[in-house]
This record gives sequence, structure tokens and C-alpha cells, in this order.
Amino acid sequence: MNVIDLAWWQLGLAALMVVALAACTYLTHLEVGKSLLIAATRTVLQLALIGFILEALFAASRLHWVALMAIAMLLIAGREVMARQKRRLLGGWAFGIGTLSMFLSSFTVTVLTLTVIIGPEPWYTPQYAIPLLGMMLGNTMNGVSLSLDRLTDTAWRQRAVIENRLMLGQRWQEAIGDIRREAMRSGMIPTINAMAAAGVVSLPGMMTGQILAGSPPAVAVKYQILVMFTITVGTGFGTLAAVTAGSRRLFDERERLRLDRLSGPVS
Amino acid sequence: MTTTDALRLDKVSIGHLEDVTLAVAPGEIVCLSGPSGSGKSRLLRAIADLEPHDGDIWLGDRAQSQLPGHEWRGLVMLVPAESQWWAPSVGEHARPISQEDLAALGFDRETLDWQVGRLSSGEKQRLALLRALSFSPCALLLDEPTANLDDTATQRCESWLLERARQLSLPVLWVAHDSRQIEHVANRHYRIEGSRLKEVR
Repeated sequence: MNVIDLAWWQLGLAALMVVALAACTYLTHLEVGKSLLIAATRTVLQLALIGFILEALFAASRLHWVALMAIAMLLIAGREVMARQKRRLLGGWAFGIGTLSMFLSSFTVTVLTLTVIIGPEPWYTPQYAIPLLGMMLGNTMNGVSLSLDRLTDTAWRQRAVIENRLMLGQRWQEAIGDIRREAMRSGMIPTINAMAAAGVVSLPGMMTGQILAGSPPAVAVKYQILVMFTITVGTGFGTLAAVTAGSRRLFDERERLRLDRLSGPVS
Repeated sequence: MTTTDALRLDKVSIGHLEDVTLAVAPGEIVCLSGPSGSGKSRLLRAIADLEPHDGDIWLGDRAQSQLPGHEWRGLVMLVPAESQWWAPSVGEHARPISQEDLAALGFDRETLDWQVGRLSSGEKQRLALLRALSFSPCALLLDEPTANLDDTATQRCESWLLERARQLSLPVLWVAHDSRQIEHVANRHYRIEGSRLKEVR
């Protein structure tokens, strides 16, 4: 089965529907029109750009270009993690912890999946490596940013509780234990929910795309299961690393709670 | 558990307080007073090592900096003016508390099963004292321990704390406002004036 290519004017029709939605929200004073249009424009520009880059990358298929692309994706994801936190660890720690956690989990799991499970030849074949890494990073980014945001924000609001626990002689791990569990949970919940609802409530985007592109559903399903598991593992280890490092950073070597290491609220 | 270790502050500086040097003998109660914002609570926080500070603090021959933070705070225990309760029931926050101690502050065994959401501010304050003592500290730092109590409860608390401090030979640093209370419990009394502690005689 061949894929039906889409002409740009056909996408224009879809864009027209977005504009219609923006116009309706404008007329009803609901005021999401502007951000809707900006986001839609970003989608077009960013995806068109990545389309060009991927075409070039697939044509070249060289390890150093793939690696460069992967690092660029990682750094952008690290910036995004930082931007999504209300109270950030100062001194580059918000970016550092987020980026390092994503690097450790996403890169390791992606490379393992490519070399051990899928096994394309060579292992860094960009048609496999880049989409896989992209999905890993996107989901790990969500988990890491949600958990770090929850961790720092709750620590800020519950400082009195944490300090009272310290006063009673508890170790820092114990004093912030409940908050760490909460943070881990909020990082993992979207992934767990996605697995639980997969195929029943929602058809996952990747599988839908693959079927639309002409794959037999049986193959698409196997890839979807693989992707969901790797995403879960990547998100889980990334969140685990971020929560561990982030909560350690909230205390100093004397196990004092150091909220002065957090920035003020950023909306 | 009894102790014979004194609590000593050697040139401690925190906030605008400078070079505070003070020794509290075992079983002695030293009261600390001063206008609000003068840094009484911060000094107690520094002694419990909850805030970075200058100077050395000793419990007997153990220096604060030699012990891990949590061990030090388990020995030199701060009871804050407003205590926090995070678990569902009272008993989950403490080691076992004796019937006698519970009764001394007007509670009984069942109190330990109470839900923390139901506690009044006065109950929280008295239970925070019982909770702190249940961890067998070697020194006590009390931040206005009777601020939310009525006269009867205040006197009960004072007598109980006096008795326990003597019996367990605890050095106690007690932040207080009320001159009657200071008169009643203090062996010595210091007032914060500017950046110094001044002994009141």
C-alpha cells in the first residue's frame, strides 16, 4: 500500500479550521485565539524545519551528524524542563539536573533498544534512532519537569513541616520522604495512565501514524508496545535521577533545608 | 537517659547577633528575651544547626561540626513556636510517651490516637513538648513554649519542664516574653540588646 502524500494546499484547509477556531474564541471573548495562532505557526515552522533536517540526516546517515542532532535535542529538552518549573534551583542546577537525568535515561535506553532489540544496520540508522530518541526525550522531559516542579514547589510550601522533622532528628531523606514520593508519582502518572488506556481509550499517536503510513496493524502494535515500554523505562529512570539529585540539592552538607537555593516564583 | 553535658556557644554570629558566647549547665534553664525581630528564634535555629552561622557550638566535648546534622539535632532539640504535624495521628510522630508525662500535661493514652486535624493550637504546643522529650534529647531549645496556653496550662507546663530539666540534667535555653514566667523558671536571664546578649540581674 502506498502512502497518500499530502499537498500543502490540503494542509492549508486544516489550517483554515484552526483559524476558524481562533476567530470563534475571539468573538466569544475567550482569549485563547492569539496563543493558539502563535502555537500553530510554531508547529508549522518547527516541523518544516525538522523535515528538512531529517531529509538531510537520512541522506547522510553518518554517526557524527546523528550524534550532533541528538545532543541538540537534549539541550533543547533541558531548557524546556527548566522553563516549566515554577521555582528553579539556582546556579544552573535546574538545567543541569534536568539535562543530566534525561541524558542518562533517554540516551541509555535508546541506545540499548537500538543495539539489542531492534538492531538496524548500522545501529545509529537515523530513520530508527532519531524518532525513537525524540519520543523518549519528549516523554522523559514531561516526567522530569513535572517531578522537579512538584518537588521544589511542595518543598517551598511545606518548609515548616520539613524543618520540624529535621528538628526532631530525622535525616534529610526522611524529612522530605513524603514529598519525594509525591514528586516521583506525579512524574510517572502520565506514563502509567497512557499504558493503562492504550488501545482502549486512545490509539497512541505513533501507532496511528504508522498505520496511516501503511504499516500492517500487527507490526504497528508491536512497535507501539516496544515504544511504550522504553518510554516508561526512560521516564522512570529519568524521574528517579531528577528527584534524587533535586532533593539532595535542597539540603546542604549539614542537612539543612536550603530554600535560598530556589528562585522566586516564575509564572 | 541522663547527661552531664553543658551546652556552650562560642562567638556565635547569626543575622545581626554577633559573638554570642554563653554556657548553659546541665539542669540549668537560661531564659532569653528581646523585642520581636531581635533574632531570638534565629539564634535557636543556629544552635540547632538549621541555619548557616559563624562560631562554634558544643555539647560537652562534642562540637556541632563534628556530628552529622541529624545526630546533632537529635541531641540538641529545638521545639519551635509553631509545631507541625504531618502524619494522620498524634502517636505516629513520637517515640512512646509515658502515662505519667501525658497526665502531667493533661492528656491520656487515647490522645496518641487523636487525629492531628482536630488538635487546637494549645494542644499542639503541649504535645510538641512531649514529642520532643520522647526522643530523649540531651539539650532543649524552647521557642515560647507556652505562647498559646491559658494560665493553668502554662503553669502546668512550666512545672513539668522544670522538673524534667532537673531530673534529666538537661541544659535548657528558653525564649520567653512574660516576666512572671522568666522569674519562675529561669536560673539566668539574658536580654537581646542590639547585636549583643545582656544578662539581666
